[in-house]
Amino acid sequence: MPHPKLIPADPAPPAQPMPYPMPLTRAGLSGFPSPAQDYEGRTLDLNERLVKRPSSTFFMTVTGDSMEALGIAEGDLLVVDSAIEPRPGHILVATVEGELVVKRYELIGNRPYFTSANPAYRPIPAADLECQAWGVVRAVVHEYTV
Amino acid sequence: MPGLGRGARGGSRVHRLAGVGPMIGLIDCNNFYVSCERAFQPRLEGVPVGVLSNNDGCVIARSNELKALDVAMGTPAFELQPLLRQRRIVLLSSNYELYGDMSSRVQQVLEEFSAGVEPYSIDEMFVRFDGFAPEQMHRHAQELFTKVRRFTHIPVSVGIAQTRTLAKLANRTAKKLPGYGGVCVLRTGSETYETLLRQVELGDVWGVGRRLVERLALMGVHSAWDLALADPKQIRQRFSVTLERTCLELKGIPCIEMNDPGEARQRIMTSRSFGRMTDSREEIHQAIRQFAQRSAEKLRRQDSLARAVYVFLKTNRHRPDVPQYSPSAVVELPCPTDDSRDILLAASQAFAAIYRPRYRFMKAGVMLVDLVDANRAQLSLLDTPESQAQRERSDRLMATLDALNHRMGRGTVTFGRASPKAAWQLRCANRTPRWTTRWDELPQLR
Repeated sequence: MPHPKLIPADPAPPAQPMPYPMPLTRAGLSGFPSPAQDYEGRTLDLNERLVKRPSSTFFMTVTGDSMEALGIAEGDLLVVDSAIEPRPGHILVATVEGELVVKRYELIGNRPYFTSANPAYRPIPAADLECQAWGVVRAVVHEYTV
Repeated sequence: MPGLGRGARGGSRVHRLAGVGPMIGLIDCNNFYVSCERAFQPRLEGVPVGVLSNNDGCVIARSNELKALDVAMGTPAFELQPLLRQRRIVLLSSNYELYGDMSSRVQQVLEEFSAGVEPYSIDEMFVRFDGFAPEQMHRHAQELFTKVRRFTHIPVSVGIAQTRTLAKLANRTAKKLPGYGGVCVLRTGSETYETLLRQVELGDVWGVGRRLVERLALMGVHSAWDLALADPKQIRQRFSVTLERTCLELKGIPCIEMNDPGEARQRIMTSRSFGRMTDSREEIHQAIRQFAQRSAEKLRRQDSLARAVYVFLKTNRHRPDVPQYSPSAVVELPCPTDDSRDILLAASQAFAAIYRPRYRFMKAGVMLVDLVDANRAQLSLLDTPESQAQRERSDRLMATLDALNHRMGRGTVTFGRASPKAAWQLRCANRTPRWTTRWDELPQLR
């Protein structure tokens, strides 16, 4: 189910005359360097903040309400990093019965479990071979309708 | 791992170099396409899975379970219909966008843990390691093996040795012999070195073709070990420089470089400016098809295979008053090929992906990139008898085509224009979502 708020990956190219104007290289009159020149290229990049290791980072989305109490709503975008060793307390993506699901990694009486935030779903023992951690959720992106 | 990497030095006549010199690893992704599919669909684990070629024509990748059912590489999809109906197997259309992304992830991880990576194909990469003491090397290889798998969800085999030919051999060992657990470090002079080379048949050595195997047998050379013991000069006189290099490489003397000579042979380009600007899809597509066929001819003439097709379009940059758009796209070929039909299809696919109406284009081109020596690729990459037969058939067809065009003038025989739209729809009947490259196809978690 496509999420209506997400930007499509492959937008039609903007119509732009060539050669490209290069607004950053020069400003002001008669070739005086712009006082802003030293600060060029320093824009904040969300990727840099949320994606620590591109090779092991995957984006996924959430359906259903099983994690709502933990602040993960339907349609949210998850930033999942498979390089992180899961520790108790982590929200993670796990394979359960051949499916990828989002759960919380928890110790219950010293045994590892994958739990939901919704009491309707029972904790799943994590030691089971059929249940394995796939990656750790590093961030949740919740977009509002604006 | 018994005796691995630390064997007695000077044990054989062959061995010369050892110690801390640079080592070369070959990292091979196991059943790569299937592994990419399984990463996002764990339910496919343990199930016989096959991935089909463009057009859903025939099997180009198999899981171990499918191999166990005796389904050969290149089996036409229709022959598998009974198994499919009984739900005993799963067949998927190829999802190159996914495979391409996963391949570059594997490459990135390797770059982080080595002194340089050179992709050899979409699922095989040569990697350089500098300055590892023998006992460290194996531990590092093991770490690489686990890291790639954990980070990218792609299982790999790791073969490391002093030369590429030996690395290839080590990789095969790592993959085929269960005792190695996916990692094999091979050093000349070690016990394993001799044992392994004695076991390996000549036909399984990188760069030794079938015909060579027969000729070498007449000389009493049967195993990789026999070839390693042979006199390189004699080999050169009786056979070729290429085989001499293979012989030296087996001895542990690197002869095949990371960046193979013949930089000029690495790409083939056919491009042309149109007489006037045009936005006609038909017209430009026609040109692309022509360029693709022309490029394929050039490719065959220099005896290479291409792994990818690059297509570009350009608007007129001297006319800033009209909208500008100069896109390009690369399409991976399922396996290295010089078959006009494959190249044509890929070029059309790339064109369909980048073409936008209302831009008037001035120039277009087709480039074949990532070329390999046809003789070297043949055995290592396509070494099932079925695909061999198929290849020979395609070789004959292409040779006939070239001969006709040579004799009767270029363009006498060309490939007809298939309707690109229809082909598109057919091709991916069973394609999984492009999980990692499209916002609207991301995996959904419950």
